[in-house]
Amino acid sequence: MTGTPLLSLAIWVPIVGGLLVLATGSDRNAPMARWLALVSAVLGLLVTIPLYQHFDTATSAMQFVELSPWIHRFNVNYHLGVDGISMWFVILNAFITVIVVIAGWEVIKEKVAQYMAAFLIMSGLMNGIFSALDGVLFYVFFEASLIPMYLIIGIWGGPNRVYAAFKFFLYTLLGSLLLLIAFLWLFLEAGGKFGILDWHELPIGMTAQTLIFWAFLISFAVKVPMWPVHTWLPDAHVEAPTGGSIVLAAIALKLGAYGFLRFSLPIVPDAAHAMAPIIIGLSLIAVIYIGFVALVQTDMKKLVAYSSVSHMGFVTLGFFIFNQLGIEGAIVQMISHGFVSAAMFACIGVMYDRMHSRQIADYGGVVNTMPKFAALFMLFAMANSGLPATSGFVGEFMVVLGAIQFNFWTGFAAATTLILGAAYTLWMYKRVVFGAIANSHVAELTDINGREFLFLALLAAGVMAMGLYPFPFTEVMHASVDNLLKHVAMSKL
Amino acid sequence: MNFVMPDFIPAAAEIFILAMACVVLLADLFFGKTNRWLTYFLTQASLVGAAAISAWLILNHGGDIMLTFGNMFIRDLMADFLKLVVYLAVALVVLYGRGYNALRGLDRGEYYLLVLFATLGMMVMISSNHFLTMYLGLELLSLSLYTMVALDRESARSTEAAMKYFVLGALASGLLLYGMSMIYGATGTLEISGVAGALHNHMALTPVLTFGLVFLVAGLAFKLGVVPFHMWIPDVYQGAPTAVTLMIGSAPKLAAFAMAIRLLVFGLFDMATHWQPMLIFLAVLSIALGNIAAIAQTNLKRMLGYSAISHMGYMLLGLLAGIGVDGGNHGANAYSSAMFYAIVYVLTSLASFGMIILLSRAGFESEELDDFKGLNKRSPWFAAMMMIVMFSMAGIPFFIGFFAKFWVLQAVVHAGHVWLAVFAVMMSLIGSYYYLRVVKLMYFDEPAEDAPIAAAPDMRFLLSVNSLAIAALGLMPGQLMSLCAYVLTGGQ
Repeated sequence: MTGTPLLSLAIWVPIVGGLLVLATGSDRNAPMARWLALVSAVLGLLVTIPLYQHFDTATSAMQFVELSPWIHRFNVNYHLGVDGISMWFVILNAFITVIVVIAGWEVIKEKVAQYMAAFLIMSGLMNGIFSALDGVLFYVFFEASLIPMYLIIGIWGGPNRVYAAFKFFLYTLLGSLLLLIAFLWLFLEAGGKFGILDWHELPIGMTAQTLIFWAFLISFAVKVPMWPVHTWLPDAHVEAPTGGSIVLAAIALKLGAYGFLRFSLPIVPDAAHAMAPIIIGLSLIAVIYIGFVALVQTDMKKLVAYSSVSHMGFVTLGFFIFNQLGIEGAIVQMISHGFVSAAMFACIGVMYDRMHSRQIADYGGVVNTMPKFAALFMLFAMANSGLPATSGFVGEFMVVLGAIQFNFWTGFAAATTLILGAAYTLWMYKRVVFGAIANSHVAELTDINGREFLFLALLAAGVMAMGLYPFPFTEVMHASVDNLLKHVAMSKL
Repeated sequence: MNFVMPDFIPAAAEIFILAMACVVLLADLFFGKTNRWLTYFLTQASLVGAAAISAWLILNHGGDIMLTFGNMFIRDLMADFLKLVVYLAVALVVLYGRGYNALRGLDRGEYYLLVLFATLGMMVMISSNHFLTMYLGLELLSLSLYTMVALDRESARSTEAAMKYFVLGALASGLLLYGMSMIYGATGTLEISGVAGALHNHMALTPVLTFGLVFLVAGLAFKLGVVPFHMWIPDVYQGAPTAVTLMIGSAPKLAAFAMAIRLLVFGLFDMATHWQPMLIFLAVLSIALGNIAAIAQTNLKRMLGYSAISHMGYMLLGLLAGIGVDGGNHGANAYSSAMFYAIVYVLTSLASFGMIILLSRAGFESEELDDFKGLNKRSPWFAAMMMIVMFSMAGIPFFIGFFAKFWVLQAVVHAGHVWLAVFAVMMSLIGSYYYLRVVKLMYFDEPAEDAPIAAAPDMRFLLSVNSLAIAALGLMPGQLMSLCAYVLTGGQ
């Protein structure tokens, strides 16, 4: 497989596929658009599989590297590569795209081609973010990915979709603009280089490090999102169509966290150490306070959105305690959250398609009419609350252990999520699924069909596999995380 | 006194356009009544011919600097390159505007003639090495544009816009002339390279020189349409027939850029520490006011007018980054970034006004924002084209507008004005709101009407090419960037 530009394929197969889907035109050709989208998504997934097969776990160096000049004047290169940190996200992203295409199959009836194309293009752009090793290339993918999501929320979203789409776009753009200034400064400081790996080696003074750290922080914190800049997320989730919510939660939220690993920690390590207490504080607020906020939600999507913020708080906590367990746990948590949150939103979508309501109060006793669905939903709810043998447990457990190594009380505070997460998820599950049939609408529900079973089962397989045998996920990241920790420990002053 | 025959070769393109303008005038007089296509065709042919001459000059003389007409006229690589872009822009203006004009009775011989004279004015401005040629070119351009704005004699709005444009424009020309005369008084020469030499050698900065500079910059700011000399822009953009707005909003920006480069950089570079703060002032105000005021607009032409103000502010950022806070000279990079910005802006501006014309039809201007409602339902293709244009203007990658902003910001950060770059990006965040609103109208809203788009096939095709070029250049921005830097440094 050497020599095949796998990462380029991972980026461009979905994008070209998306453009082809667009070319099918109006809704008269909707079936063709759907099948073409499925083929592109599956192809997109297939080209990422060799990334895992041929991945060398012994090295922390970038693999599958592609390097060719792009903008000569600024020494900008089309430089792609993955290491143990980013590799799984490329695969996860391609996998989620397949899920999204299947999940939107019959549900989306208007502008089918545009819907499928938006998701495929989005998927390609996000693969670009995870594999870019050049600052400008990263930035370009980072910002361009806002466009499809803006359209997805705005065109196929709920009643308040325009507000949510604008809030999403402007909020995240605000963050990324400061990132651009930081990149330009680093470019000049590095003597005319945009290479991210060059920046890792660049010595920087403390004042500059602090400023850059804040520029990075604002950008990535909005994307993650961290408390208190998380307010766009519940709005975006509530208004977005099911597919949009899935991609947003499963992949888009990971971009910010990935940014911390690729930029903040290795490029400005001294500032990262100095600011760590602030980040840890914000993360704990996200874990605990947002956990309580999730508890009182009446809208299921909002509840899961807040639960995402809380889980991502766990991730940022794991990064800034600077030990192997913390960072690896956080990455595992990111991947796991990719499966679990996608599954939770998919489940809510399944119910919403039937009832056209996301209010918990409108449900009750769903298990009586949708037993198969209730069983799968149960699994995902358990994973969301971090039950052992599901993927949710592995990451949380590792981060808690890491946090206790770092400081007992930090670990203790973080561990409350095991209670809070279980409380809000299972309480919601109980109110929606168990009990007597609440009303005539619930009584008329039909259980999931083959298509719905397919994508929920695929997600369930991911959740279970990762929970029972996390080794393939953790094994690839050891070398890279080691190397990252070495960078973080080395002062650049 | 003996007469020396000047060398006509450097000015061959200008001479050709002037001759063709006369041909067009005569041809239209005799055949125009029934065969307006001939006038149109001849106009396009003159532009193509001029392009061939400029291209020939580039091929044969490359980066040579050729002075002629007693050093009043300069031909260099930058001049020929900018002229080529001007021909392209004007050719698109004439093509986009043709159907629009025909439906409104504006497809008259005068229109084509004025377009050619305006083009000639721009070419003279681009190639001037003398305050008088600069002024001459500027007036030729301005007077043609004033008349074009008033071309629709029936429309009170157009007449008002033309009046306002003329009065303010005359004032600005006065300011510019006043500034030139002061500088003449201080340096004793009107020749731009002479002024530069005088300043470089011994000149102490007298108050009269500084005053002259202030007036010069004021006149320039008016032509660029930057705050606080922007008052005419929204009214003229809105009041003029769209085909004329298309003209005003595109090619003349290149001429104004050339004017700024010739006067400030080639002429008064030794006063850069004086004019840079002025440009910072103008740029900051323009970016702020342009972006904020555009939010409140309901008329798309007016909104694009305010957007033009902010874009010219961004272009000024490139011009003012020539000398760093540490005194280092980053000129070549900074001025190339401004040139790149101007060219990119012209390209996007053409597409945006072209889109308004595309949606217009007899008795319907399609210039309100709400006229774009639900365009995705009416024509997914052109909705996508307009979306490309809007995202490019907002500076979102992968579109070329992003790289224009990127380079300008790079120059500003390089010059050490990091705060200015932060301000500029924050304002572009505000700016992205109103571009996004156009996308929202096209994609999220239901159409208010479902009339089919009634534009000619050539217009549809070239407008699509124009928009796709914005996307394609965004994928491959390197070549155009290198080209701009190459021509600005005279082929080194």
